[in-house]
Amino acid sequence: MGLKPKVPGLVKGLGVTFNTMMTTITKGSNTVQYPHEKEAPPLRARGVIALREDNCTSCMLCARSCPDWCIYIEGHKELAPPRRAGGAPRKVNKLDRFDIDYALCMYCGICVEVCPFDALFWSPEYEYSEPKIADLLHDKTKLGEWMETVPEAPELEVGADKKGKK
Amino acid sequence: MMLAVQFPYWAQSLLRVLGGLVAVLLPAGTIVYLFLFKMMSFMQSRLGPMEAGPYGSMQLFAEVGKWLQKEDIMPEKADHSIFKIAPLIVLASTFLLVAVVPFGPDALFTNFETGVFYALAVSSVSVLGILIAGWSSANKYSLLGGLRAAGQLIAYELPMVLAVVGVVIQAGTMNLQQIVVAQNAGEIFGWNGLGNPYILTQFIGFAVFMIAVQAELTQAPFDMPVAESELVSGYMTEYSGFRFLIFFIAEFATAGVFALIASVLFLGGWGIPFSWFGWNNIDQIDNWMNIVGPLIMFTKMMGLVFLIMWIRFSYPRFREDQLQRFAWKVLIPVSLGNIMLTAVLKVVF
Repeated sequence: MGLKPKVPGLVKGLGVTFNTMMTTITKGSNTVQYPHEKEAPPLRARGVIALREDNCTSCMLCARSCPDWCIYIEGHKELAPPRRAGGAPRKVNKLDRFDIDYALCMYCGICVEVCPFDALFWSPEYEYSEPKIADLLHDKTKLGEWMETVPEAPELEVGADKKGKK
Repeated sequence: MMLAVQFPYWAQSLLRVLGGLVAVLLPAGTIVYLFLFKMMSFMQSRLGPMEAGPYGSMQLFAEVGKWLQKEDIMPEKADHSIFKIAPLIVLASTFLLVAVVPFGPDALFTNFETGVFYALAVSSVSVLGILIAGWSSANKYSLLGGLRAAGQLIAYELPMVLAVVGVVIQAGTMNLQQIVVAQNAGEIFGWNGLGNPYILTQFIGFAVFMIAVQAELTQAPFDMPVAESELVSGYMTEYSGFRFLIFFIAEFATAGVFALIASVLFLGGWGIPFSWFGWNNIDQIDNWMNIVGPLIMFTKMMGLVFLIMWIRFSYPRFREDQLQRFAWKVLIPVSLGNIMLTAVLKVVF
């Protein structure tokens, strides 16, 4: 077994940078030129939070668990027709206002985790910067529009426990 | 050989000033674009600036335009007049340095008999500029950076001078022009096909000189004075806009000028081996060398700056005590030994 001569670390380091330079020149870089070409974010990327308004009961769990207090909810109770004929009219919570201030949001995702009614979803959409900071407050119409960008939930791994009610 | 056209004195002076500006600013701009913007990006597997001009080649003009627009901020407690003059001192030393560099048989600013001595003396003027920049900023980071820079630049001035002494002994002259001639008219054991560039006989001197240059330029791994993780930006912390621009230009212009001096001292400068065209001394050189000479110098300078920048982008920073120990305990003894060896060999051969 022949002894391999040891290359000094200093020379090796110079080799690494030089080889990276040659690879970049001949095969291109690892980065993309952003506004011209875009990398698709991963399916579960935390880009923006979308709201499915029909599912929301304005239970305030998300607003209370938000560490930044960036969710604003207002609602009122309405009477809805009874489920069975002759029953008493039901009381349902009606959403007046559901705003998320993305100037404050830190993308922790606790609101999405905590929502018991599947009303909040992560969307990988990330291009919604605004010239004015006040425009980063997305109201429920805008949050509802983000629902179109929410991808299908990927299949669970084989043998994984399905959580929640069947 | 004299130039065919004789200029009046004022025209000569004007040409010299313009030539000095070109000799300082053109390499600086090329270095910044080619090495700082592009080579560093490629070494980190990215493309660097691509939007301003083709392949981002106008990026530097965009940056200069941005800096010129910025507000000229000065700390309230700063020593205003000294704060203002400090970047100019640093830049002035670069312009003074280029005055002795020969670019061709007649293309030179001054034919100075003690050019090496002058170059080394003037290059240390920039220490003063850096020190007063740090001191007058009224900022603890600036002060620390300025003191570190002063300590480092003085420590590495010595090995630099000592490394050059070997070349001076071998050439027998301190005139940079004659050092170039001595290298290109020289011969290696009777063979003159390559001249005798001193990088061969003075390789230790060359290595010590380039390391010292790296430290003089405060490029990594010797960038302790501007260590951004501990000193914000060292002596440049309080400078913004135009004054920062002057520091920035001075940094890369000095890199270019030091590379020019290194190529004069060790790589044969503007010359090509005289035996190729049957020249024997400087008076026989054809006039076209005044055009080709600067191009050869530029090529050699780019090669040396590539080396400086390559090392800068590859190595992590020295600690302050390691940095000082390396200068005093390694470089200075090595260059002293090199002087002794050169002196002995000079007598023997």
